[in-house]
Amino acid sequence: MYRDEVPQDGAILEQWHEIAYAVDEEGNYVLVPSAGWEPSNLVNVQAWELIAAQVSRALEQIHRGEASPLLYHMERNQMDVGLLARYVGMSRWRVKRHLKPRPYAALKPEVRARYADVFRIPPHKLEELPARVEWPVETERKLK
Amino acid sequence: MTIEFTHRQSAHCESGVTSNLLNHYAHPVSEAMAFGIGSGLFFGYFPFIKINHLPLITFRGAPGSIFKKCASRLGVQVQSRQFRAPRRAMDALDASIDAGVPTGLQTGVYWLPYFPAALRFHFNAHNLVVFGREGDEYLISDPVVDHAVRCARADLERARFAKGALAPKGRMYSLGKVPEQLPLPAAVRRGIKEVAFRMVRVPVPLIGVRGMEMLARDVERWPQKLGDARALIHLGHLIRMQEEIGTGGGGFRFIYAAFLQEAAQVLECREFEALAQEMTEIGDQWRRFALLGARRCKGRDSAENTFPALAQMVRECAQREKFLFNELLRVLDS
Repeated sequence: MYRDEVPQDGAILEQWHEIAYAVDEEGNYVLVPSAGWEPSNLVNVQAWELIAAQVSRALEQIHRGEASPLLYHMERNQMDVGLLARYVGMSRWRVKRHLKPRPYAALKPEVRARYADVFRIPPHKLEELPARVEWPVETERKLK
Repeated sequence: MTIEFTHRQSAHCESGVTSNLLNHYAHPVSEAMAFGIGSGLFFGYFPFIKINHLPLITFRGAPGSIFKKCASRLGVQVQSRQFRAPRRAMDALDASIDAGVPTGLQTGVYWLPYFPAALRFHFNAHNLVVFGREGDEYLISDPVVDHAVRCARADLERARFAKGALAPKGRMYSLGKVPEQLPLPAAVRRGIKEVAFRMVRVPVPLIGVRGMEMLARDVERWPQKLGDARALIHLGHLIRMQEEIGTGGGGFRFIYAAFLQEAAQVLECREFEALAQEMTEIGDQWRRFALLGARRCKGRDSAENTFPALAQMVRECAQREKFLFNELLRVLDS
């Protein structure tokens, strides 16, 4: 890659630049700031679309009464049961149970507080679900 | 307390931290040099290890190894600690900063508020240097950011105790005794030898050029095996592993070419210059693969970017790297 080929495509890095290694006219390596590259932006968006799809599936399940609000927060924070269990310091089995509406409704305040702390929200906001989820990138395309 | 520390942005976090720390102790070792001596280049394809239902593909060595290997090959002493209790980990960091020692940390990117939102995934082996503290805020030289940043204590503590794969467990590290003269030529040779050995000599089909060949075979089969939608997600994942921030482009092939160019001078070996150029062209080939693959992900299909055609590009990369690393071994042994 030559210095003048270093991509400056912008978008997901906001005002950021990353460093690219490229060769100058004499063939020597130089460090060049890059505003981003369209192909890597594209696959980054694809990764977010996967997360967004999982979150909307979670919201549907919650609205149908099949899951507790914890499922939304878990997916929103890009976690699975195993990772969430590590963060709250409980067994996977317990966390899995708390993802069901009935056991969730019976949770003690201390346990709710542990979840809320991991998700960095006050405990009384655990049940607050957004009508529309904001993502750091445009996730317009639909993925199955 | 603020330590006078020069922040230099780099392509990759770990080689950047290693280089910045060495520079602090008056040894001008470039990022590419740290990457090469620390044997940062790698290829591994582990289809049976899944992360978020996607196969583990890596273009770099195990996290932590660049710093460790680079320091040990240069005869630099390293202090490294892990912690159980977050509070003690933060106290130890404070003590280290108060003693005037720039201190490296392993962190989870997800919890770092200054990181670009679009890149905040659960990746737990991100390296940065803390070089000061003002009240509840830390001054941080994060090598992939273009300027020094600040981070609140609570956030940094969370990032140091991120959970899951590669959990840092509060790991902090710093340089101890640094020799006056660094044994660069010997370190460069050892760095190259290890990478070349891994790429062409290890008899395991998952790593090195054999791993690439296996990946190529699977890329060709993804549409039949996974269906079109999943095949595209796998392809996008592969490109992300290759190109997302912290690689310097082309799955670290360009930064390695820059290293080979410097190595040519250190070892006074003209043959390395030609090999550096070949490495650059291989990096270009990886980039072409990413470009055409991304077009396919976007739904712009052509004869150029069918899955068999993309697999063929990976195979070409493998063939050229096989030749290149064998050449490197030959030149080093001659």
